[in-house]
Amino acid sequence: MASELKIRVNEEMRAITSAPDTPLLYVLSDELQLHGPRFGCGLAQCGACSVLVNGVETRSCVIPVSSVVGKSVTTLEGLPAWYAQRKKLAHAPELHPVQEALIEEQALHCGYCFNGMIIKAAELLSKVAQPTEAQIRSAMNGHLCRCGSYPRVLSAIQRASRMMAGGAEKRTAEVAR
Amino acid sequence: MSKVNAAAQLPRRDFLKAGGALVVGFSLGDALAGQERSVVAARGSVAGPPDPKQIDTWLAVHADNTATVYIGYADFGQGASTALLQVAAEELDLDMSQVRSVGLDTNVTPNQGGTYSSASIHRGSPQIRMAAAEARLALLQLASKELDAPVERLVVSKGVVSVEGGAGKSVTYGALVGDKPFNVPFTGKAAVKDPSQYKVAGTNVPRKDIPAKASGTHTYLQHVRLPGMLHARVVRPRGQGAYGDGAKVLSLDENSIRDIPGARVVRRGDLVGVVAEREWDAVRAAQQLKVTWDAKPTLPGSDRLYEAMRAEKTNDKVLLERGDTAGAFNGAAHVASQTCLGPYQSHACFAPNAALADVKADSALIICSTQDCYTLRGTLARLLGLPAEKVRVQYYESSGTYGHSSHDDAAQAAALMSQLAGQPVRLQFMRWDEHGWDNYGPAHIGEARAAVDASGKIVAYQYEGWQHNWCAVETSVQLALGTPASLWRGSMAQQVSPLTCGGQYDIPNLRLVNHEISGLGYLKGAWLRSPLDLSFAFASEQAIDQLAYLAGMDSYEFRQRNITDARWRGVLDAAAQGAQWKPRRAASNLSAAKVVQGRGIGLGTHLASYGGAVAEIEVNKEAGQVAVKHLCGAIDAGFVVNPGNVENQISGQLVQTASRMLLEEVTFSATNVTSLDWRSYPILRFEQCPRITPVVVQRLDQKSTGAGEEVMAAAAAAIANAFFDATGVRMKQFPFTPARIRAALASA
Repeated sequence: MASELKIRVNEEMRAITSAPDTPLLYVLSDELQLHGPRFGCGLAQCGACSVLVNGVETRSCVIPVSSVVGKSVTTLEGLPAWYAQRKKLAHAPELHPVQEALIEEQALHCGYCFNGMIIKAAELLSKVAQPTEAQIRSAMNGHLCRCGSYPRVLSAIQRASRMMAGGAEKRTAEVAR
Repeated sequence: MSKVNAAAQLPRRDFLKAGGALVVGFSLGDALAGQERSVVAARGSVAGPPDPKQIDTWLAVHADNTATVYIGYADFGQGASTALLQVAAEELDLDMSQVRSVGLDTNVTPNQGGTYSSASIHRGSPQIRMAAAEARLALLQLASKELDAPVERLVVSKGVVSVEGGAGKSVTYGALVGDKPFNVPFTGKAAVKDPSQYKVAGTNVPRKDIPAKASGTHTYLQHVRLPGMLHARVVRPRGQGAYGDGAKVLSLDENSIRDIPGARVVRRGDLVGVVAEREWDAVRAAQQLKVTWDAKPTLPGSDRLYEAMRAEKTNDKVLLERGDTAGAFNGAAHVASQTCLGPYQSHACFAPNAALADVKADSALIICSTQDCYTLRGTLARLLGLPAEKVRVQYYESSGTYGHSSHDDAAQAAALMSQLAGQPVRLQFMRWDEHGWDNYGPAHIGEARAAVDASGKIVAYQYEGWQHNWCAVETSVQLALGTPASLWRGSMAQQVSPLTCGGQYDIPNLRLVNHEISGLGYLKGAWLRSPLDLSFAFASEQAIDQLAYLAGMDSYEFRQRNITDARWRGVLDAAAQGAQWKPRRAASNLSAAKVVQGRGIGLGTHLASYGGAVAEIEVNKEAGQVAVKHLCGAIDAGFVVNPGNVENQISGQLVQTASRMLLEEVTFSATNVTSLDWRSYPILRFEQCPRITPVVVQRLDQKSTGAGEEVMAAAAAAIANAFFDATGVRMKQFPFTPARIRAALASA
């Protein structure tokens, strides 16, 4: 058994028993049982497994868990809190604006790619508050969607950008829960 | 408030005959002893399928005045579960917040058949609607006693029954039956609402599954874990060989994974896998295990595919013949012909398939993402040597499958590996397993020939198609048991389509010929979203388009002239209007510029419904690149339960069609498939995605048909016709790779 590693995930220190060369994804899904990052290709080609490492979108399927020691890993589960921290909000919202906007736009088909889509879009909006359509397409180009949800994802990112600028978008969809 | 429709009532005599157990079941528990075991009592604890002739199989009303609807169709992300709940809520006069569904489970949910051919709404909604109507009738009979008013005077809103004009006296569904069984037979006799009364069905209800998926709390199949399970991976050659040849192990060195503690080999015949407590150990062991395979060079190779298909002996069948086609061609003003080639394409599931299995000596639990739980249960039972009722299959959603990907193969492999390991296992295919061992959408050769008279009327049409059928044996079973490969017979979707091949038009002389080649010696085939239709339309609709060109007419107006069917005309007009089509003859704006634009129109469908599309594209003639700039697609699927969701389906179909026409092709050598990941099998990316205009043609007076794959053929044709408009050249093979585009332009 490998010696114990400690990594920071969603602002919590977690003791890890996996071997240090284990790809971060398997630690997050098997040991920490998180549902955000998920297996898609294991080759860093699709974006299903994306997390933020120190705020930078990273493919967790190809980096060893030991490489994030001393860094801060944020998964989909921790994204609202990460957003609140950056925006210096008193409380973390239930959802990141990108997540809210995706629900508003009813953008999902199967939704399996949306972990990566949300993580990448959150990263983009943290750097460029009001991206152009071309900037969004370029930033998102490494995230594949087999269902072809790109058009509504594009609209959702634009909507999230407006929401974050302060103009609280009127909720058009009555969200079924 | 919805008033009870007097016509919806069964005659009292019939009701007593049909539902005599109703009052007994509610008031006297002991009376149940003399009856068949209640569906409710059995739910989850005994093998299904539950009796479809009992209302309890379909619906349960809870004490909190909500209802659970038991749906036999899988939701793969197409949103059908929300739409089916809309149908149920509508008939029950419940709010959407008051209805929910449960996951498919052979111990719980009814057997409605497989979730394919866009069947959920087409075949599923009538059953759900009828069951809900019948439950409502039973509830009103109870309320009638409770409120001391005839059923005809009762009104329902959100599950609260009150007397019309009565002062405040009311009772909820929940209070009437709360969690107790109906014990009412499903007679199919209760009247359903007229669509003109609909308040929930036909509206854009948000999908129930989306909030959990967006927040990250949804449990996909890939998240499910079983206590005491091992992680499993299959070990196969990288990329399948010829169907029928299997993959023979020549030698296997178990010592090659000795340095990975806890990992071990499981093997039955040529089914080889590894299991380990830790997932990374299973992944490493599968890559590291030394296996020598007997790689037989029996495939034609993707470069020689179509020559090989042409050389095969074929099983020929004239599917449809009317008039005198040969004679009509002879007397025609213009004749157009198109021979077109369409490749093998992959489901390329975004999440590689997975399955969990806990196989014991006397029972088995299999958790997977099959399209058909009950059929798979039978297959697994035979495979494991267990009676079907001892096998329980549960469905969890994976990524969209878009047809028969390797989900059943994964389930069967997991079952066999659990049996071998003597422990529960979680099998996860790797990307190369998924891409390399998929059941691909078969390649196709289409010869379309069509003729027009001097007045612009189509007078003759002929389509001949060559392809092989679908595989009937999954890989894991073939490897483990040596089961000989065999092929499906009889499905309409694996032969030339009378709808997409000329069926859109009024053609007096028409002949459709199917040339079935043997699937042995080729790749494993199966249904891939809109099976073969993209290939059919690529050939057929280019021939039709060419007739318009030869007749000197605008492509849209030419089609209008040759269609009398109101529904084909409807989608044609809707697509043209959605794209703001301006009439002019195709290829009338040719330019010598490096980058040129074109627009095209097309019609087609799958087994039902109607699809029309317009494409606007840009061709870079030097680079040999096509950019699809805009796609407008219209579907007429009869009465559409959730138009917003169907718009999303149309959007997805259009994007996927652009992907399949421009990029997607399974490549293979003489020994194996070589397109094994997203680099060697690219799909459309964000930057390549066109602007999309989806149009739903709502038909309140028509029964609902599928909307998950019915505009892809039209869109494929529209893209091809747009290429002609831009360049004056017709493409004869897709995907439109730079090499093919440059070659086509050079040979013109």
